Amino acid sequence: MRGHQGRNLWFLAFVAPFFIGLAIFVYVPIAWSAYLSFFDARNTVNPTRFVGFDNYRYLFNDRLFRDSLKVFVLFAVFIVPLTYVCSLGLALLLNNLKYGQAFFRSVFFIPMAVSYVIAAIVWRFVFFNGARFGMINSFIRSLGGDPVNWLGGGNNLYWVALISVRLWLQVGFYMILFIAGLNQIPRETYEAASIDGASGWRMLRFITLPQLRGASVAVIMLLFINAFQAFDEFYNMLGSIGSYPPYGRPPLVHLYLIAFGGGQQNLGVGGAGTMILTSIIVLFGLAQTWALGRGQEKPKKVRA
Amino acid sequence: MKLNRRTLLIGGGSLAAAATLAACGDNNPIGADPTTDGGATTPATDPTNGGATETADAPGGDVTLQQWYHEYGEAGVKEAVERYAAEYPDATVEVKWTPGDYAQILAAQLLTDDVPDVFEVEQGGSLDMIRAGQLEPLNDILDPVLADFNPSVIDRFMFEGKIYGVPQTVDMQLLYYRPSLLEAAGVEPPTTFEELVTAANAVKTADMGGFYAGNDGGVGVLGTMFIWASGHEQLNDDRTAAAFLTDDFYNALIAYREFSESGGVVQAASGEWYSPEAFINEEAAFQWGGLWSLPEIKEAFGDDVGVVPFPAIGPKGRPAVPFGAFGACVAAKGKNVEAAKQFVKWLWIDQEDKQVDFSDAYGTHVPAKPGLVPQATKLADGAGADAAKYVAENGFTNDIMWSGALGEAFGAAVSNVVKNGADPKAEFAGFEELAATELANLKG
Repeated sequence: MRGHQGRNLWFLAFVAPFFIGLAIFVYVPIAWSAYLSFFDARNTVNPTRFVGFDNYRYLFNDRLFRDSLKVFVLFAVFIVPLTYVCSLGLALLLNNLKYGQAFFRSVFFIPMAVSYVIAAIVWRFVFFNGARFGMINSFIRSLGGDPVNWLGGGNNLYWVALISVRLWLQVGFYMILFIAGLNQIPRETYEAASIDGASGWRMLRFITLPQLRGASVAVIMLLFINAFQAFDEFYNMLGSIGSYPPYGRPPLVHLYLIAFGGGQQNLGVGGAGTMILTSIIVLFGLAQTWALGRGQEKPKKVRA
Repeated sequence: MKLNRRTLLIGGGSLAAAATLAACGDNNPIGADPTTDGGATTPATDPTNGGATETADAPGGDVTLQQWYHEYGEAGVKEAVERYAAEYPDATVEVKWTPGDYAQILAAQLLTDDVPDVFEVEQGGSLDMIRAGQLEPLNDILDPVLADFNPSVIDRFMFEGKIYGVPQTVDMQLLYYRPSLLEAAGVEPPTTFEELVTAANAVKTADMGGFYAGNDGGVGVLGTMFIWASGHEQLNDDRTAAAFLTDDFYNALIAYREFSESGGVVQAASGEWYSPEAFINEEAAFQWGGLWSLPEIKEAFGDDVGVVPFPAIGPKGRPAVPFGAFGACVAAKGKNVEAAKQFVKWLWIDQEDKQVDFSDAYGTHVPAKPGLVPQATKLADGAGADAAKYVAENGFTNDIMWSGALGEAFGAAVSNVVKNGADPKAEFAGFEELAATELANLKG
């Protein structure tokens, strides 16, 4: 039972703490949310009034909730490819540098250490301030233009602020992932290719990118999940005391507002929202693994 | 940033936590365990009770009460409430000052067995708390003195004949203007919305805009004002349906949209509506703001400051100001309910000098008892005195059943009408049904 040299015991000793933490802080809350989502649970975690699928029905009838899913899709459509291309580009550029690699790596990675809240506030009050003395507006005015209302609604310019702040914050991290991926590619492959007369674009297209598939899958997955969980920069850039505009409202912000807004606690609706979002993200993940993993498995089978 | 105080004016359908979240970046206020007090709890041992005579003169002296406050932004409030607690002769009162998302922390704590005996709650108790039986009715200490308190506030605090909180102090919002600018342009302080539009357009210049109410064009903070100022209430008397979906209300929204489109409304400025910067920097001639900004504005402009309520809008219109008040509540599950009640009675009903001190000495608030207003130095004359009068006569606040979901749906519809030119009737078409469903759910 203890296994050879107490192997099973050691296995338990190493795995148990992590597993117990995971169970208490992840699995139990998810299960509890699922339970709550079928009850009218206002201000209690031990509800008594069973309401079936009413909370789910409520959310799907809620135009703001449906809009928030669209906001997420729109956000993901911009931020995922943009971060992917920028971080891959930076990684390729830095990887070929002869000098100062460590310096530039740090320069691009440092924003990662800034909190989303702080960055959002800087973006909101300094760069994208809608008043005439906001940084960008001052510049526009010095060129003879009118101040632009960046975040106030009535236009779509708030996306510029939201996407640029996230890009700035996260691009360095994914760049590091790609650099790690690039370092995994054996030099011999490139040498062989250059002997065959391949260079530049063809090496990138036929060696680097295919070899980075593993890193790419991880990066895209993480980018999607992070975009899905977006809260801080939206909340701090667009929200005001007493109100959050109906536009630029991702799912988590909307759920927070209807479940906890105004000092109330509507945990039933909150739980139902959590379940919907969890299933969407699981489906996304499965679809992506399927789509990106397909091409990879075929050669393996041939080899086998 | 002195933001916490301002969360007062937020009712249902709002980001009660926005201030603290935006200001401090508090990540997980719900997860924080408020019971780990340690250094956070300040035991306020009674100075008159200390020493050898303790048992002789203090019948309840062995009782210890815990009292919770949210974190007030103004300097000195914490010391003041600790002093009040220390001066209470009949029990030891420990004050717990609670930074962070107070509403959430309190709600979580009230679900446990270890509840604070006395605590403040916005608008004297939430529907959730009342329904869950967490609040002790205070009718026996309040009923005899009900007439002393601000009638608008008492109306809001009373729910199905019971009252659960003693109003501590009142905050409000109002419209600031500069009499000298109006005089120069030859216009009177506005009493109707049409006059406001005329006045704002008359006083605005190339550098100074007309009217300002926040970086969202005012739709967030003014949303419910269009209900009240056009002569409606949010809900009908038995709280089963929305009571404002009339042409008068729709026309009020259209009037504001036209005001915005005419260029009379400043869309973005250096400060939000709840801070006085835009007005002080002369970015707008009129600003919708909080009474708490009055001292800073007076410092900038001296006596050249006037205040009016939000002006009447439409044929059935009436002027309106929104207010907010924290109420001192007693936990029904507490170990010393009777002693807690006596403490609340002592502090918030009997000790009028402390009530004036609390309202007047640290920020600018209106005492909950109109009879004490003359003693508040900041409200003695001019704009302050006008403000105190408005909150008693024209005070409105969100209904206890105006829930987060209703507030969000309402705010979105208002924003779409004003900002995106949507037709109000079509935009509010779904609201009636949503309100009926939500209210039925809330009734339980």
